[in-house]
Amino acid sequence: MENWRRQPWVFATFIGPGTLWLFLFFLLPLGWIWLFAVGEREGPVDIVVTWTLENYREALQPVYLQLFLKTFLIALVSTAICLVVAFPVALAICFAPDRYKNVLLLLVILPFWTNMLIRTYAMIAMLRQNGFVNDGIGLLWTALKYLLTPVGLDGLMGERFAPLPLLYNNTAVVLGIVYVYLPFMVLPLYANLEKLDRSLIEASLDLGASQVRTFFEIIVRLAKPGIVSGIILVFIPALGTFLISDLLGGPDSQLIGNVVERQFRAANNLPLGSALSFLLLYLTFIALALRAWFAARAEKADA
Amino acid sequence: MSNGVPIVRFENIEKSFGSFKAVDGVTLDVPNNSFFALLGPSGCGKTTLLRMLAGFEHPTSGRILIDGEDMAGIPPNKRPVNMVFQSYAVFPHMTVRENVGYGLKVSGVPKSEIAPRVEEAIQMVRLDGFADRKPDKLSGGQRQRVALARALVKKPKLLLLDEPLSALDKKLREDMQLELVRLQQEVGISFVIVTHDQDEALSMADLIAVMNRGKVLQVAPPWDLYEEPNCRFVADFIGEMNLFEGRMLSVDGGHARLDLKGIGLVDVPWDYPATSDVALAVRPEKMRLYREEPELGWVRLPGKVAQVAYFGDNSQVFVETSQAGRVVVLRHNQSRSRDEPYRTGADCWVAFEPTDGIVLSD
Repeated sequence: MENWRRQPWVFATFIGPGTLWLFLFFLLPLGWIWLFAVGEREGPVDIVVTWTLENYREALQPVYLQLFLKTFLIALVSTAICLVVAFPVALAICFAPDRYKNVLLLLVILPFWTNMLIRTYAMIAMLRQNGFVNDGIGLLWTALKYLLTPVGLDGLMGERFAPLPLLYNNTAVVLGIVYVYLPFMVLPLYANLEKLDRSLIEASLDLGASQVRTFFEIIVRLAKPGIVSGIILVFIPALGTFLISDLLGGPDSQLIGNVVERQFRAANNLPLGSALSFLLLYLTFIALALRAWFAARAEKADA
Repeated sequence: MSNGVPIVRFENIEKSFGSFKAVDGVTLDVPNNSFFALLGPSGCGKTTLLRMLAGFEHPTSGRILIDGEDMAGIPPNKRPVNMVFQSYAVFPHMTVRENVGYGLKVSGVPKSEIAPRVEEAIQMVRLDGFADRKPDKLSGGQRQRVALARALVKKPKLLLLDEPLSALDKKLREDMQLELVRLQQEVGISFVIVTHDQDEALSMADLIAVMNRGKVLQVAPPWDLYEEPNCRFVADFIGEMNLFEGRMLSVDGGHARLDLKGIGLVDVPWDYPATSDVALAVRPEKMRLYREEPELGWVRLPGKVAQVAYFGDNSQVFVETSQAGRVVVLRHNQSRSRDEPYRTGADCWVAFEPTDGIVLSD
């Protein structure tokens, strides 16, 4: 193999298209938004960059800070649920017979083949007052009441089945985020667990550890890189969610993404929207930097 | 060497994977305080047998007793055995000390007791000074010592070793062989080692079971296995062997008369009933080379040197004989002289005493 550094033209050919694409459609627009954040509106469409910090000051008002906190919490809870749900799934795929592995992985990414808007509307069909979930629970309720009537205990269950308020609240938003982003947690976990040397698990059992102990002391510890990737891949997009909270959330389920979207469109306040966006970006960067710093420190302590 | 209840007893063990019979009716005792080797080619069922002892596989039928106790239904973490894995399976996220202490920690041994036992085990495998290192900062040999210490610190009734030396280079492997024998004598428990390397088995074990195709063919101490193999497979698998096929003509007063193809009539000691088809097996080191026909009452075969494999201390000389095909003779290189008389193409005579041969009927 030739050394790439000695073949600058080959290197440039390979890296050129990607660089150009990212520059034109990622860095450039991002730069604009960054400038908008320090600009002022002049008329309905024009924005003048005046290097004002007024937008950031407004974005840091308690009402928005509360929204940031709430968004952070919802993203955190969703990520945690994703992790707890995805880990057994990833583990099960790893231990499945080889011929089923690809099929199972396909099932995990199958929802990607459907538009996200449609998937979210499907969640509405599931969760609404007369949705599939409530209907299902209602059937069970009726059956249970039917069974309890002969023994005279049906009084405990009330007159009629009251549908559960599953939709248009924060729970629905969390469920939606978990549903949409679950594959992003399963896949890195699977990639990590697949590499795990099975004899480490056997060694742990052999040394007297129970299955549960082996899971936490060996499997989870060694899956750490996969867990971290999964958390990043779910948590960061969850922070920016607006479609799911818009469709599934109630009046108090507004996330920072919804506010940004409203500033950009309905309110036509691009500078404030940009400032809010960048505030979210800064927070994300700080979180990632902290993580890297902690990881580096842990590694140093090991050496 | 051994007495009392065997530490392991396999009773008619069978194990099938689908239609493949990995272990086919094994009945075997491992004596207490012995270094026991399961030897055989890959796929002979030796590893499956070991994994059944550890509890990772379950026999399709038959019973396994460890120290007199039936192991059926007892999971790996409840068995009084510990294993050294072929890949060592040292936990990469733990230091040497944590690795060695893991088995004690998860078994609920009090902390105050763990520390001294771990230190003792680390010293026993001569890893003092490496206790705080992570496995990725250790060599292959050191990692294996961690695996050994981690298993031995639990004071098992039985230590299982799955091809423990196969990943080490030759020099280190020889050192570890001596080390394992020393450890076995020091801790006084039985070691059961799985290996496909006959030298390893011969030099370490005091009892060897040779397996092939899921069956145990012979269980014997190294000397017996080498000098008195009970069948062609064992004779051929352990060391080199020259086989001369033939028939047994008659048996008379502790002797048998054989008619060997290309050699003729030979008398050998024989205390068993007569059989028909036999082979006389002669080890290469029991054969001699001569430049001219020797005046001996031995079997003598004229031939030509076909090939010489030089190993430094000795050479394997392959001689194409006109009467009995190709035979291999071991020659010690006792002189530094470059005047090697047995070069490729040289005419020579091969001779051996019939009583140095082993009569094989299986």
